[in-house]
Amino acid sequence: MNRYILKRLVYLAVTLLVITTLTFFLMHSLPGTPFDEDKISRLSAAQQQQIYASYGLDKPLYIQFFRYLTNMFKGDFGTSTLYLGMPVSRIVLNRILPSALIGFQAVLFGVVIGLVLGIIAAYRHNTSMDYMTMIISVLGISIPNFVVAALLQYFLGFKLGWFPVAYWESYANSILPSLALSFGVIAQIARFIRTEMLSVLQQDYILMAQSKGLSPAKILVKHALRNSILPVVTILGSIVVNLLTGSLAVESIYSVPGIGSLFVDTIKANDYSTILGLTVFYSAFYVVVILIIDILYCLIDPRIRLASAKE
Amino acid sequence: MNQLLEVDNLKINLETQSGTVQAVRGVSLKLAPKQILAVVGESGSGKSMTVKGILKLLPKTGGIVGGKILFEGKDITDYSVKQMRSINGSEMSMIFQDPMTSLNPTMTIGKQISEVLREHTKMNAKQRRARAVELLNLVGISYPEKRYSQYPHQLSGGMRQRVVIAIALACNPKVLIADEPTTALDVTIQAQILDLMRSLQEKFGTAIILITHNLGVVANIAQNVSVMYGGMIVESGTVEEIFYDAKHPYTLGLLASIPNVDEKDKELNIIPGTPPDLIDPPKGCPFSSRCPRAMEVCHQYAPEKTMVSGTHWLSCWLMDPRADKQHGGDRA
Repeated sequence: MNRYILKRLVYLAVTLLVITTLTFFLMHSLPGTPFDEDKISRLSAAQQQQIYASYGLDKPLYIQFFRYLTNMFKGDFGTSTLYLGMPVSRIVLNRILPSALIGFQAVLFGVVIGLVLGIIAAYRHNTSMDYMTMIISVLGISIPNFVVAALLQYFLGFKLGWFPVAYWESYANSILPSLALSFGVIAQIARFIRTEMLSVLQQDYILMAQSKGLSPAKILVKHALRNSILPVVTILGSIVVNLLTGSLAVESIYSVPGIGSLFVDTIKANDYSTILGLTVFYSAFYVVVILIIDILYCLIDPRIRLASAKE
Repeated sequence: MNQLLEVDNLKINLETQSGTVQAVRGVSLKLAPKQILAVVGESGSGKSMTVKGILKLLPKTGGIVGGKILFEGKDITDYSVKQMRSINGSEMSMIFQDPMTSLNPTMTIGKQISEVLREHTKMNAKQRRARAVELLNLVGISYPEKRYSQYPHQLSGGMRQRVVIAIALACNPKVLIADEPTTALDVTIQAQILDLMRSLQEKFGTAIILITHNLGVVANIAQNVSVMYGGMIVESGTVEEIFYDAKHPYTLGLLASIPNVDEKDKELNIIPGTPPDLIDPPKGCPFSSRCPRAMEVCHQYAPEKTMVSGTHWLSCWLMDPRADKQHGGDRA
């Protein structure tokens, strides 16, 4: 197991290197510079040269690339050109916190409610509970989260005044965006767990559990749930990454200073080092989440063996 | 004799898309303590439904629509699933057909055994573990300590069926219902499992209802045999009576279709035709359409029960004194 994780960590490093390289060269092939074309053209050639030099942009691209890599290994992701003088790592850290909090709450809430709904729907198959869950699920998947966000903002925020309408001042600000994002999660999780559980409930070992005289609750939790949760774990990976790394639409509706809007702003401004820093961060996060999910697989289903764990 | 389990005229219906299936149409069984009763019949004859009805393990679309089930004299016909929970697993338990699917793949063997102990006994965790290991030992599993913490996929089919038997016996039940316990296993393993069941039965005196479609399996293990066809019991008696003095054409057909090793070049005997449609069951005897000796009356009216001896009875018009003897109604 440990050897497997170590191997995966090496892959992780290689993946990140490839992604960094690709992003670096693609980004530099975009037209324009990190600086305002209007203003910089008014400076003399010498002054322009000086500005480029101060950011290391005067050197040939491959030298810039190797300098970036060596700095990256030292933990220095450079400074932003959009937010003047700010280290990229600090910008990313500042902006990820609201996004991560909202995303985490949305995932937590969505998974819990989604599981409960899905399990009830499967257990009470073809009853009104089942149909209701399926309707919620179809709505949750087909209605974009920014529509939900706007509706929640209007009714719960503005009309009822239960929650702050926007901005990022206290914990209460995180509730509406989290709710808005959780609808899609509820829908996906409920649908997956329902389908899977319906087939698991047909299995012989469920009948066997009944013949042992176990209560329906014990059968559901101990026998049915663990056997139907694998597909949910699979989709959970992309859900977690998507939500914890911010949602541009929901963040803009609630004026949350999250990471989703940061990405768009920096790309528009050709802020090389921040784009790169964000990309590396996103990729690293994604690869780590995938690793965690692979490990979860083995913990949930003993029939799944990690590649190198053969004895 | 005082009966342990008595099923009287049990009727079970299943709702399906194409209509109501009358899966069990008046089945009566008697099981005395320490007895092994075999219920024999082909697929779809209602054997499994009968025992699932007894344990209240019917699918949601199915239900008991008539008859009576008495367990130790108590009427458990109308017991809810909740009421049955105190009986299932402790007083009556079940062995399923396919050991590859009847164990939970994500739970260790030990946990699946101790789970039933936890439900029905006051044992603490340590006692449960000891009992589980003891049970694994009892059903002939080597390295029971090691197997305790293994998962089903690490065991062979035969071993898994031993585990299922261990679970079924965990609380010393009075009745063990085995639903085709050897059908999914290799022939050599089948014999081992049957031997195991017989020796455990002798040791603990558990009464067993053995469901099978293989009459050959029955001879060595059961004392009584009931032959089921089309949701009914067509003939019932002791093993000797069924094997040497069977009178129902269906039983005779089943006996004739047991392959004989001495006649290996001979074609296998079969009963031509297919079982009746139980959505719209025949008015008369369910076997009449396949019966080589069917008479006019067989298609129209259901035959009455005829007692041959105190233990042997059958439902067949050939037993009627008015039956045309040329049809061979009475071979004697």
